[in-house]
Amino acid sequence: MRHLLSTADLSRADAVALLDTAEAMAQTQSRTIKKLPALRGLTIVNLFFEDSTRTRISFEAAAKRLSADVINFSAKGSSVSKGESLKDTAQTLRAIGADAVVVRHPASGAPHRLAHAGWIDTPVVNAGDGMHQHPTQALLDAFTLRRHLSGGEGDLAGRHVVVVGDVLHSRVARSNVDLLATLGARVTLVAPPTLLPIGVGAWRCEVSSDLDAALVGDVQGEVDAVMMLRVQRERMTSGFFPSEREYARRYGLDAARVDRLPPHALVLHPGPMNRGLEISAEAADSPRSTVVEQVANGVSVRMAVLYTLLAGDLAGEGVA
Amino acid sequence: MSGHLIRSASPLGGERTDLLVRDGVIVALGADAAAQAGSGDVRVDADGLVALPGLVDLHTHLREPGREDTETVESGTRAAAAGGFTAVHAMANTAPVADTAGVVEQVWRLGRDAGWADVRPVGAVTVGLAGERLAELGAMATSAAAVRVFSDDGKCVWDPVLMRRALEYTRAFDGVVAQHAQEPRLTVDAQMHEGVVSAEIGLTGWPAVAEEAIIARDVLLAEHVGGRLHVQHLSTAGSVEIIRWAKARGIAVTAEATPHHLLLTDETARTYDPVYKVNPPLRTAEDVEAVRAGLADGTIDVVATDHAPHAVQDKDCEWAAAAFGMTGLETCLSVVQQVMVEDGAFTWADVARVLSHTPARIGRVTDHGRPIAVGEPANLVLIDPAARRTVDPRVQETASRNSPFAGRELPGQVRWTFLRGRATIADGVAVPHADATGARA
Repeated sequence: MRHLLSTADLSRADAVALLDTAEAMAQTQSRTIKKLPALRGLTIVNLFFEDSTRTRISFEAAAKRLSADVINFSAKGSSVSKGESLKDTAQTLRAIGADAVVVRHPASGAPHRLAHAGWIDTPVVNAGDGMHQHPTQALLDAFTLRRHLSGGEGDLAGRHVVVVGDVLHSRVARSNVDLLATLGARVTLVAPPTLLPIGVGAWRCEVSSDLDAALVGDVQGEVDAVMMLRVQRERMTSGFFPSEREYARRYGLDAARVDRLPPHALVLHPGPMNRGLEISAEAADSPRSTVVEQVANGVSVRMAVLYTLLAGDLAGEGVA
Repeated sequence: MSGHLIRSASPLGGERTDLLVRDGVIVALGADAAAQAGSGDVRVDADGLVALPGLVDLHTHLREPGREDTETVESGTRAAAAGGFTAVHAMANTAPVADTAGVVEQVWRLGRDAGWADVRPVGAVTVGLAGERLAELGAMATSAAAVRVFSDDGKCVWDPVLMRRALEYTRAFDGVVAQHAQEPRLTVDAQMHEGVVSAEIGLTGWPAVAEEAIIARDVLLAEHVGGRLHVQHLSTAGSVEIIRWAKARGIAVTAEATPHHLLLTDETARTYDPVYKVNPPLRTAEDVEAVRAGLADGTIDVVATDHAPHAVQDKDCEWAAAAFGMTGLETCLSVVQQVMVEDGAFTWADVARVLSHTPARIGRVTDHGRPIAVGEPANLVLIDPAARRTVDPRVQETASRNSPFAGRELPGQVRWTFLRGRATIADGVAVPHADATGARA
C-alpha cells in the first residue's frame, strides 16, 4: 500500500490487516507509556485546507505516539483562494522533507492529485476530501463495529449497518459503503431522495427513504448498527428538506427508534453531532452510543495507517 | 504567379485526380491540370492523400484579446491550419468581451494579418456576456467582421425573453444565435456529468436535463419567432432526441457535437486529471453512442472543436480549481476519422459535410465549404488517412497544452492545408505567411 486515498482501493485482506494492526496499536495505548519508536526520525505533515480540529488532533496524536515529528500546516480555505496552488504547496512539502502527507481538502480528488500528479513522491493519506472519501473515519467505524460485533477479529460478514442522513454530501457515507461492503457487511442507506446522489443505485448497498422500515430489519438479518450522518445546517436553507422539524421527525434517531432496535445494536456518529436534528440527546447519550469510543479508536486506526504506510505491512513488528 | 499542381489526390476519398491551383482558385482538374501546369508551379505529391474542402470550425476560442498567455489569434489560427481548418469562428468570451463592432473588427483584422485561416468573430448576444441586455448585434453584423454568429458561449442566455429577442432580432441580418445550453440553477457548482461516476467520486454533478431543458425551450422559441438557432456542443442522448424532434417539426435548428463528446466518457474523471474537465461535461458511453448516431443520421449537423486553450497552472491543480475546457483544433479530424470513418458510419464526403460545407453554411462563410471544382476558391486540406500518430501536446501549434488526447494514438495526419491557394501547411510543416509557396528544397 503506497497511499491511503479511498476505502474503495482496499481489498478485504488490506482492510482486515489494517484493523488487526489498529488492534495491536490499541493494546499499546493502555500502557503507561503510550509512545512507540516505530516512526522515529520521520516527518509527517498534516496539511489541512479546511478546518477539522478533531481529525487533525487525532492524526497528530497518532503520529506522535509513533514518535514521528509532526508539522501542522493549516491552509484554511482553498488553495486557489490563497493564491497558491496545491502543486506549489506540495513542492514546499517536498523541500521541507516530509515523509508522509496527511491531507484534508474541500475539493474531492485533491489527495488523489497530490498522490498521482508527480508533484511529490511521499505517501499521501486522505483525511477527508470534499464529498468523496474519509477512509480513516470508515476504518475507525469498522474497527468500532468489529470490536462490538465480531470480537475484534476478522471481518463483518453478515452484519447489517444502516447509514442515515445526508448521503449526497457525505464522504463518510461513501467511505463506509465501500469498506463495509468489502468487509462483508450489508449496508442500507437511508435518506430523503433529495440527499441521495443520482447514481447511488450502483453502490454496493441498499437504499431506502423510510427510516422506520429500514430499522425494523427483515428476514435477511436484523439491524446491528445505525450510523447517523451529520446534517450540515446550511442544507436547511438549500431546499433539500422542508424544515428541521420535518427532518428530525422522518430521519432523526430518537429514543423511541433506539428502543425498537435489537438489544445488541450500536449507534454510531462521526461527530460533531447536531443534537435534536439527526440525533436526539437520549440517543446520543444512550449506552448503545459509541461516539466517544469512536474518537479513541480513531487514534489507533490512524497509528495503524501511518505505521503501515511508513514502516511496512507487518502488524506487531515493534508494536506489541 | 506560380501555383500548386496537386498530383493524384483523392477528392472526398474518391477517384484520384490532379488539381491545379492558381491565384487562390482551383483552375483545372484531371488531365487538364497537368497539361496546364507550368514549371513555376509547385508539385505536390498527394498520392494516397484525401482532399477535402478546407475545414470550418464554428466554435473556437482564440483568447485574444485578454488571455494571450494561453492563445493568440496567430497561434490559434496556426493550430487551426495544422488541423486542416481554413476558417474558424472565434468565440466572444474574450477580455474585453467581443460585444462591440470595435472588438470583433480587432479580432477579424488580427486573423487577416496572421494569414493562417480566415477568422470570423462571433459576437456576444448580451453585453459583457452578463445576460441582461442585448449587445449591439446589428453593429457587429454590419462591421468589417460581418458577424453572423452570436453567442454568449461559456454562459447560457438563460432569460427566455432575452433569448426570444435575440432570435427575433438576428433575423434582420440572417444571423444565428448559438446557444450554450446550461440551465444555471441546475448546475450550481457542477464539476462533471451527474451520474454513477460523480456519485462515486464525489464531484458535484451537471445533470443532462440542465442541457436538455434549455434546448427544448429554445427550439420552441425559435419556432415561435422564426429565428435561426444553433445548439452548441450537444452532449446527451436526450439532447439528440430533442433536436431530432425539432427538425421533424421543421424548426430552423442546427446542432454541433465536439470531438471529445464523440470519444471520451465521464469515466475519465476517475483520474481526477483536470485535462478531462470540460463544459458541458463528458457524459456516459450511452450518450457518446447517441451523439455518434445523431451525427451519422444528420440530426447533428456539424462537428465543432470547442478548442479551449488554458494555461498550465489552470489545469495542473485539483479538479475543482481547474478551468473547464480542452484543446481540439489539431486532433478534431483524427477523432472524426477514428469514430465515424473507420467504423463505417461516414464516408469522406460526410466528413466534408460536417466539418466544412455545413458549418460554412450555418456561419454564412461564403468562400469556404465549397465543392472541389474548377472555379471554386482553393481552400483545401490534404489528409493522409493511413498515418497514425501519438498525440504530443508539446509539439502542437496551439500555445496551450491541455489536450485530452495526449499520449493517445489517433489515425490520420494533415499533410497540406491551402488557404486561397497558399499553403499554410506544407508536407506537415506550418508555413509562415512570408514564405507561402510551400516549396521544399
